[in-house]
Formats: sequence, C-alpha cells, structure tokens
Amino acid sequence: MSDYVIKVENLSKSYTLLHQQTERYTALRDVIAHNVQNIGKRLVGNYTNGTTPTREEFWAIENVSFEIKQGERVGIIGRNGAGKSTLLKILSRIVEPTKGRVHIRGRVASLLEVGTGFHPELTGRENIYLNGAILGMTRTEIKRKFDEIVAFAEVERFLDTPVKRYSSGMYVRLAFAVAANLEPEILIVDEVLAVGDAQFQKKCLGKMGDVAKEGRTVLFVSHNMAAIGQLCESCILLDQGRLKTFDQTEKVLQKYLATNDEEQDFIHLTDDKVRQGSQEVKFDWIRLQNFTQMPCRQFSIGEDITIVFCIKPNQSYQDQKIKVAVEIRTLDGIQLCNIVDTDSRFQLGTLAQSETISVCIKDIRLYPDTYYLSFWVGSTTSTEIFDYVKDCLSFEIVDGGKLTTRLLPRSAGLLFLTPEWYLLSKEIV
Amino acid sequence: MSYTQEELVIEPGQSIKHYWRDLWAYRELFYFLAWRDIVVRYKQTTIGVAWALIRPVLTMIVFTVVFGQLAKLPADGVPYPILVFSAMLPWQFFANALSESSNSLISNAQMISKIYFPRLAIPTSAVVVSFVDFLISFAILIVLMAWYQFWPTWRLLALPLLIFLAFGAAMGAGLWLASLNVKYRDFRYIVPFIVQFGLYLSPVGFSSEIVPDKWRLLYSLNPMVGVIDGFRWAILGSTQIYWPGFSLSTGLVVLLLGSGIWYFRKTERTFADVI
Repeated sequence: MSDYVIKVENLSKSYTLLHQQTERYTALRDVIAHNVQNIGKRLVGNYTNGTTPTREEFWAIENVSFEIKQGERVGIIGRNGAGKSTLLKILSRIVEPTKGRVHIRGRVASLLEVGTGFHPELTGRENIYLNGAILGMTRTEIKRKFDEIVAFAEVERFLDTPVKRYSSGMYVRLAFAVAANLEPEILIVDEVLAVGDAQFQKKCLGKMGDVAKEGRTVLFVSHNMAAIGQLCESCILLDQGRLKTFDQTEKVLQKYLATNDEEQDFIHLTDDKVRQGSQEVKFDWIRLQNFTQMPCRQFSIGEDITIVFCIKPNQSYQDQKIKVAVEIRTLDGIQLCNIVDTDSRFQLGTLAQSETISVCIKDIRLYPDTYYLSFWVGSTTSTEIFDYVKDCLSFEIVDGGKLTTRLLPRSAGLLFLTPEWYLLSKEIV
Repeated sequence: MSYTQEELVIEPGQSIKHYWRDLWAYRELFYFLAWRDIVVRYKQTTIGVAWALIRPVLTMIVFTVVFGQLAKLPADGVPYPILVFSAMLPWQFFANALSESSNSLISNAQMISKIYFPRLAIPTSAVVVSFVDFLISFAILIVLMAWYQFWPTWRLLALPLLIFLAFGAAMGAGLWLASLNVKYRDFRYIVPFIVQFGLYLSPVGFSSEIVPDKWRLLYSLNPMVGVIDGFRWAILGSTQIYWPGFSLSTGLVVLLLGSGIWYFRKTERTFADVI
C-alpha cells in the first residue's frame, strides 16, 4: 500500500497544563523564582524532583493512526475537545506532534479559521494577494487565479473597499475563495462554513466536491452532520484524542449520534454561577434527558426534550407560593421563549423541602444550532425574584432525525415547521 | 501540477528538512508582509510618510544643539548636523527594527496559530519595514549634505556593506528578542530600555573619538559602535576607523546573527503552542 497521500502513524500530542496559571506564556520572573526555590530546596536537602503538583499532562491526541488515499473526501467529527483541531493543526504543520509521524505527499492548503491573515485595513484586492502569499502562492499564480477568486467570492463591487467594511458573509466568501483556489493537493477545512449563508455553504460544499473530483484530497471538520454526510464518503470519529472509528460516513454518523457521555449532561449549579435574586429558593441541579430517560444534550428535530431540575428552599424562605420559568435563548442572545409553569396549568404552591420537577418539551422544532437554557424562580404574589440563573446549560439541535434529512443551514430560520399542505383544486372535487 | 511530489515527514523534534528551500518558496511572503505593514501604517494618517522624516530630523536638531552647541564636542571640521545624522541613520534603523521585530511575533499571533508558513518571514519583514524608513531618512542626509555643500569621498562605496552590517545587527538581536518574547513576555519591557539606553551608549550624538583610547576596545563590545563608526567613516570621509574595535564589533554582529537564527529555529516549532 503506497498510494496514500496522508499517512499518520501513532500520532500523539500532549500539552502541559499549568493550573493556577491564567496566561499561557511564562513570565521570566516565575522561571527565576522557581529555579531559586529549587536551589533553596536542594541546599536544605529536601529537593524532590522539581515538578510541582500543579503541572498536569494532557493528551489532546493520543495514538492516532490512519491512511488517506488520493482523492478521498474524509470528514472528521467528534465533540468539542476531542482533538479535531489539534489533529488538523499537526497536519498543516502549525504545531509539532509529541510522538509519532505523519507522511504527507503534496501541497497542503488549510483553512482553519475564516480570514486569518486578512488585514482589516487593506482592501479586498490587497488581501487576496496578501492571503495568497501567506498560503504559499506566488504572485503570478495569484494573478492567474484572481478573477476566479473574485467571481467565486462575489465581491467584484467591493474589491477596493477595506475588508473591515465587509459583512461577515463576504469575509468568509473571500477567505474560502482564496484557499480553495490555491489548487492544493490536499485541502484541509475546519468548521468555517457556519458563518456563510445557505447558498454559499452549498457553493463551498460543491467546490470541495469539485476539488476532490480533480483528484485532490479533502479533509473536512464540521459539526454540521448533514454537510459531512453530503460531502464525505468516509469519516473519522475522534473521542478524547483517540481515534474511535474510521469507516463509511453513514456508519460513523450513526455511532456518533448514539454516544453520549453522562457527566456533562448533569449540571450542578454551584454558587459561583452568575445568578440573581434573593436566593431564598435556589436551583440545585439540572439535567437534560431524551425520550429514553437517558441524559442527553443533543437532540434532533422532532424529539422530546425533558428538562429535570431540583429546587431547594433555604432557611429564610417564608412559605410564599412560587412559580418557575424556563427560557431558551440562541447563541446570539435572542430569547425564543419563556416557558412558565402556570401556562401549562401546573401549580407548585409552597415548598416544604427540595423538589425535583420535570418539564417535557414535546416535538422540539428548533433549527440545528446550540441553544442556552435559563432558569427562573419567583413569587406568585409579589415581584420578588428568588433565583435567576442565566444561560447555565446548553443543548444542541443536530441535523437529521426522524423528521428530515435535508440540509438545514443555520441562517435559514429558527423554527422547523411541517404544516399541512393541500392542493385546493383537488380538495374541491 | 504533478502528484509525484516528494514526501513531507512531520516528526517531533526534527526540524523540517528543506528549511532554506522552503524559505525560498515563500520568498514573496517577505515582500508582502513588509508591504502590508507599510501600507497599513500610513493608511489612516494624514501626513503619511512624512512621519518617517519628522522623527530623525527632530532628534538630529536636538543632538546638534545639545552636543554640538552646548557641550561643544569636537566634530573634526564636519558640520555637526551631518556628524549626528550619519550616525542617526544606522541607529534609528537598528532601534526601529529591534522594537518592531521583537514584537512582530506577538502581534501576528493569530496568524501563527492558524496558518503554516516559514516563521522567519515575520521578524524579517519587520526589519525590512524599518529599512524602508531608513531609505527615506537617507534622503534627508542627501539634502543636508547638499545644504552644507559637503561632498562624500570614494569611501561611500563601502556603504552597502555597512548597511548589510547594520541589517545583521538588527536582525540578530531582533530574532533573539522576538523568540524570547513569545515565551517570556518580560522582554516586551526590556526592549524599550535597550533602545533608550542604547542611544546614549552608542556614539550617536558624539564622535566615538572622544572615548579615551584605553576604553575604546571595551566600548566596541557594543556592536552598534562598529556600525556607526563605519557609517561615519564612509559618509564623512575624514574620520579614521579604529580597526581593532571595528573588527570586534563586526565579529559580534556575526555572532549575534548566527546565534539569533539558531535560537529562532530551535524555538519556532513551539511558537504556535505557547503564543
């Protein structure tokens, strides 16, 4: 087997976590202080080994091996922190692996973030040249590709406008256009399409498909399962830095959507959460469940979301009647709803002790995206707020599910509705 | 485009095989980064490039008044403004290049952590930007010389070599400080000190001939002493060069540049991790 373009062998990457330290860089002062301390310890005779307990090794990528052949379109999926970005960074030579080896045949173009290397003060035209050069193109190459890039990005009219005046959509289009027209043998794309509109996402997916058809290789990271399903024939599933599966996309997606880890789905609301209100009654913990009563934070359209939470009165609580509300907000902070218990004819009354309450939102119709939940408890008789914890828990609506397999771009709407349709001419007959 | 390219191997602890060839492939990037910095710098200024002229002219006037008129330091018959300016040129170049390049990696952190390209391009183009300022200031010198009707000698032909030396000094120190700055942000505070003290420790406002002979070799441990003396020797035509000191300074510049590149190459692989 020698027809690979990327061969990854036992790749690992570790980071040293320095607890207590808020900034990633070291201050010389600390290094000096640390060394002086050690010398001191050595003099006194109880020198240990110099490592402090605040250091911890963290493996972002652990023992990953795979091979990708020419012209393959491979998706990489996994939860946040699974190591997807680290893997791409190693493949694009930005960071060095700790162990293992990667063989790459051909020129790599990677688009890990939208518009890196763009300078806001420069015009679109200037930025095309600058970005092209950063990605390794020569001036003649960029000149040759210039019209194609501009046409693809649809920014003809704004070529001589500084890109700081561009809309985010235009920005993304231009950035993608430069990278995609680089004619690399290997194109690496991280989650960058989420910013563009539906039409452009489609265009990009189309372009990546074309790139692959020309015999080039595409590596694509996305949280958009529909896009992965559309573009990639095979898929790598990463979980906590390890390669879990490398198989046909369909199988991997099924496996991915079926796995859930419990810990994350149970939120204990400690006091350090930003909360408002008198705290006479407090939210204690919150959990999200799917229809099988299993803890879950990813749902597809049409599923039932069950929110279970516990409220706890403290000593200062004086038997006032309470009401509870749950709010759902988008990532942009748009409040979608304010679900109040009394609207569903549910009365809590007064609390004698901690109570666990479950709210089931049936047939959720939100568009694929991340949403935040806020919890509110107050008095029914006065305007007093007992506790209000804002955006303390998030859940995700993912593409796919029993209702639709269509690609649903984030910007096309907030609600997925399936109303009843009639052809009136038939109805009359 | 051929697909039978040779293989790239990414391994820990091993610097990329074709380092210098890679650098050559990206040669246009040096130009583009420098061009970007220059364009951006003057984009929202009203007097634009004039800023590059104002600073050296004002400093020259102050030095001429303080050292030439008030302190009455000797000038060997050379107009004091020219004496000052011939030293101001390399010094300003060095000082600007040093401050710009030592901060360059940090200010391009975003790019470093998201795109691969030879990292050496960033500090180098920062030095190139300062070199453009240098060329602009050079025009002032020409005007000054014309004003005083001061004609250079054949020694001026050696100037390109001396510019090269100044470039080496700025680049060497810049590489050291840029890579140290990535890990230890303390150097952000050290650089302004170097620049400030350096102005007085280097023979900018005065001729180095006023330094007692027994101290001159020691004085030449400052690599900029050699560069500045060289500049004066080439431009003024009348001063003598103190060869032991000049060779020492030159040697130090070579050492600084060599070790700077070495240290930069050694640490550049971890830039994206720590920046």
